[in-house]
Amino acid sequence: MLKQHWRGRLLGNSMGLIVPIVTVAVWQLASSLGWINALVLPSPWAVLHKWFEYLAPTAPYDAAAGSKLAWLFSGELLRDALGSMYRVIMGFVIGAGLALPLGLLMGASPRIYGLMNLTVQLIRPIPPIAYIPLAILWFGLGNPPAIFLIALGAFFPVLMNTIAGVRHVDGIYLRAARNLGANQRTMFLRVMLPAAVPYILSGVRIGIGTAFIVVIVAEMIAVSNGLGFRIMEAREYFWSDKIIAGMITIGLFGLAIDLGMSALNNHLLRWHRGLEN
Amino acid sequence: MQQRNQQLSQQLSQQQTSAPGSGQIRIAQVGKVFASGDREVVALQDITLDIPPGQFVCLLGPSGCGKSTLLNALAGFAPPTAGNITVDGKPIAGPGPDRGMVFQEYALFPWMTVEQNVAFGLEIKGLGKADIAQRVHALLGTLGLVDFASRFPKDLSGGMRQRVAIARVLALDSPIMLMDEPFGALDALTRRNLQDELLRLWAELKKTIIFVTHSIEEAIYLADRIVVMTYRPGTVKRDLVVGLPRLRDPAAPAFNDLKRELGQLVMEEQQRHHIDELRAAAVD
Repeated sequence: MLKQHWRGRLLGNSMGLIVPIVTVAVWQLASSLGWINALVLPSPWAVLHKWFEYLAPTAPYDAAAGSKLAWLFSGELLRDALGSMYRVIMGFVIGAGLALPLGLLMGASPRIYGLMNLTVQLIRPIPPIAYIPLAILWFGLGNPPAIFLIALGAFFPVLMNTIAGVRHVDGIYLRAARNLGANQRTMFLRVMLPAAVPYILSGVRIGIGTAFIVVIVAEMIAVSNGLGFRIMEAREYFWSDKIIAGMITIGLFGLAIDLGMSALNNHLLRWHRGLEN
Repeated sequence: MQQRNQQLSQQLSQQQTSAPGSGQIRIAQVGKVFASGDREVVALQDITLDIPPGQFVCLLGPSGCGKSTLLNALAGFAPPTAGNITVDGKPIAGPGPDRGMVFQEYALFPWMTVEQNVAFGLEIKGLGKADIAQRVHALLGTLGLVDFASRFPKDLSGGMRQRVAIARVLALDSPIMLMDEPFGALDALTRRNLQDELLRLWAELKKTIIFVTHSIEEAIYLADRIVVMTYRPGTVKRDLVVGLPRLRDPAAPAFNDLKRELGQLVMEEQQRHHIDELRAAAVD
């Protein structure tokens, strides 16, 4: 039973590899046969080559300058990736950290909801990208405007889902808890909050996705390192292989974050009916 | 099984003579009117019932007869619009752990394990950790749930979930237990099993039980007293004491006589319900 389960899973995973492998093979074939201009679309092999070059340390190892580990991480790609990750994490933590308490309050109290909802609905449709000029005016260049934009991008998905989660708590749980003698505080902390967790987590997932989009755009404009910056820089030099190498790195990061999120989901929602596996 | 039933019969016959304690309910001229759109629906009208401590009362009737409304008023979820209800002389101010409720939908907290669900009421009461653990363990033992202590509700069958819900209410140690069609969603065998379990617990713990059902057989099998209710407005149609000794045999002639009599009463109300539905459909 278990064995079969794993076989099915492996099969499912390897099935997923068919499309990328075939795509890359056709792409490589077309490049090798000279059907496409390498300046417009370099071959997968050239991209891979560039990716490793981008990953490798720029200077030869020098024992006097620092440890071997620091040297290994001195490559451009890793520094860019760390820079982007730092902004995503900072921005997300700030955005979600503000959205969660506000969402809980708005969900639990019709008064606060009535007070805040119109404002939220007015600001929510404005894409974070539209704040770029203001962000630069307010925060200058560098990390602060980028983090501001990312926080903004993560804020609304987490806020809206938290509100929905608290408002949609099944009345039967509230009745059961009141019957057991729960006061307001216990009701909120032990019933409404855990009942809202599935919604909140899906908000977090959407929020991280938005943060990723925003970080790349922000880096293209306001910062001088990071994956977004590097892609823009490569464009100026017509390094299409590097552009694609940067894009692939973003894809890999996105995938890794999504896998991490889904592991967190499975752990936090192990009680949830939808996730029996 | 035979032996267990004999023991149960013995316990149950002793129950008949239990001394009065707390858990007395007085329902006096209770009425409840709902506003439904621009119409008013009289769900309950002039209901007066005096329920002594330790009595097992079944409220019986078709859907729409207000039996759940009456139970919700007793629980304190929705106060009546007329008359008053007192428990041990005190009027009901709201929901509270002195009137533990078992819901048809179980209403277990899905994010808590079996153990945590049962412990929740005790934590609210502010008991110490060791005390809670000990009580929860004892209750899980009583209801045959020890092996399921750390499972989540989603992993349990309907019967097991309802056992947890009963354990959760028993943990409160309330003199009154309110049950809203608790076994309605269970299959026949599980249902009988839980009915016997409930009778055993009732005999042991001497609680007042108000049990809502639309199953005539269930009412006769369980109750000391059956209150048949009318369809809109909900009033008391018949209030009768079931004199049969426990454990009752659903195949016995006396059981069937009672079943026939009650069946007649309930069907009359069901018929009125049906006509009302047809009329409502015609208006639309």
